[in-house]
Amino acid sequence: MKKYIIDFKVSSNKAMGNNAILLKLRAPGQLPEMKPGQFVEVKVENEPNTFLRRPISINYADYKNNEIWLLIQKVGNGTRKLGELQTGDTLNCVIPLGNGFDTSAVKDKKVLLVGGGVGVAPMLMLGATLKAEGMTPTFLLGARTQSMLLEQELFEQTGKLYVTTEDGSLGEKGFVTNHSILEKEHFDKIFVCGPTPMMKAVAKYAKNNNICCEVSLENKMACGLGACLCCVTETQEGHKCVCTDGPVFNINDLTWQI
Amino acid sequence: MADLTTHIGNLTLKNPVMTASGTFGFGLEFADFVKLDEIGGIIVKGTTLHKREGNPYPRLAETPMGMINAVGLQNKGVDYFVEHTYPQLKDIDTQIIVNVAGHSIDDYTACAERINTLEKINAIELNISCPNVKEGGMSFGTSCPMVEKVVGAVRKVYNKTLIVKLTPNVTDIAEIAKAAEHAGADSVSLINTLMGMAIDAEKRKPLISTVTGGLSGACVKPVALRMVWQVAKAVKIPVVGLGGIMNATDAIEFMLAGASAIEIGTANFIDPAITVKIAKGIDEYLERHGFKSVKDIIGALEV
Repeated sequence: MKKYIIDFKVSSNKAMGNNAILLKLRAPGQLPEMKPGQFVEVKVENEPNTFLRRPISINYADYKNNEIWLLIQKVGNGTRKLGELQTGDTLNCVIPLGNGFDTSAVKDKKVLLVGGGVGVAPMLMLGATLKAEGMTPTFLLGARTQSMLLEQELFEQTGKLYVTTEDGSLGEKGFVTNHSILEKEHFDKIFVCGPTPMMKAVAKYAKNNNICCEVSLENKMACGLGACLCCVTETQEGHKCVCTDGPVFNINDLTWQI
Repeated sequence: MADLTTHIGNLTLKNPVMTASGTFGFGLEFADFVKLDEIGGIIVKGTTLHKREGNPYPRLAETPMGMINAVGLQNKGVDYFVEHTYPQLKDIDTQIIVNVAGHSIDDYTACAERINTLEKINAIELNISCPNVKEGGMSFGTSCPMVEKVVGAVRKVYNKTLIVKLTPNVTDIAEIAKAAEHAGADSVSLINTLMGMAIDAEKRKPLISTVTGGLSGACVKPVALRMVWQVAKAVKIPVVGLGGIMNATDAIEFMLAGASAIEIGTANFIDPAITVKIAKGIDEYLERHGFKSVKDIIGALEV
């Protein structure tokens, strides 16, 4: 997939729960072709402690309005600076990067999309893509508490939504792997993005039940292009770049002890 | 348009902008952003005799105006390069230069000999800043006798342009450069990364798996510039300058300090199209100041 360096214009920057923002960015021309699970590298301007670009997964691609959405949790200087962006500001992005989720063999299959925290971000675009192909995706999203669940309404509009919260304020109480849907229904494929302990727990469930499972990793990254070899993860075939061989990996290719 | 042609020994570059090893992959990774044949030279990822897995993750820490890396020369080995990568590079109309690294003199010479057979590779950059296990953990690049030994050995088996990449982690880099020149190097390039360290105070842990690593980026530029200046005065062979070059002005400063060509490293991560922008910026500077050739600014610093 061809990659571009694009100056996007901020069309809106909305504060969300869980210390997150939703940035909607408009391309000057047509949006490039991109796949769910891919990411962009954004350049943070005027922030002296932010030297490198920030890899951010694509939350949604709105081809009608030539907009991409980025759901960003403010965790450091760079992401906090992105939180200050105003409508009309420019944001330089390298796009699209990474391999994306493998949706080639999911037609007419039951797929489960699991997201935790800000890791729900790529699941919206993945779900919307599957929906556009005539499928009904099932989402299982986890949050610490109700106010921290992001984009609940959009997920409800896109597929069947199940929720867990650690305090029981919304959906079932506990972690995603405790949800009763996993007992009641059988899934053919699971896609996961979220904190590593959560992804490992879901991967373990998938492995025990012989379900194909893909996880999206977020290792620390510099170039995003497979050049610097900083973001590697251990795989069955040695070190691989999360930015180009990933960020999405089949759990069988990783060396996770699960 | 001014004449941007420059020379590193027998090697002719169409412009002085090259890419620093390890920051530009094999060039192909950047083909969507720049026309590779508009770059003066592409120095590809450090290559060793045998495949190396490199260091464990995490390998990267961001620091003020820079970054520390500890990749550890992950590469697929020289055989893989010759069989699989070289065929994809040989028809690009620019100088492709292989960065050769090793852990023993035999490793360096075997790797250089293999590269010597490749018709379209006209130069190697010898990376002598790796720990030398056989010599008790001392780096090849930090003592003059060791520099002479390894450069001399490679010189015997490699008959095209030999650039020696120097580490800045030494007491007197000019003495090291002179040793490389004496042993037959056609050029020296500097600086490789500065040894640095980053800590997560909250977790009381180092930020990279190897604790210490190589610092690069804008923050190292003043040190690099000073070293290029010192080395250019000390040797007669051409000097290639690198270290924190982020834009055309930075590149020009290195040339004024005495560099015949420059390398762009970490800046490639921030703007994947920076190389050709810098080449264009150098041309604009030459036009603006009425220079006909880029050679007119090499070492043109008025002190």
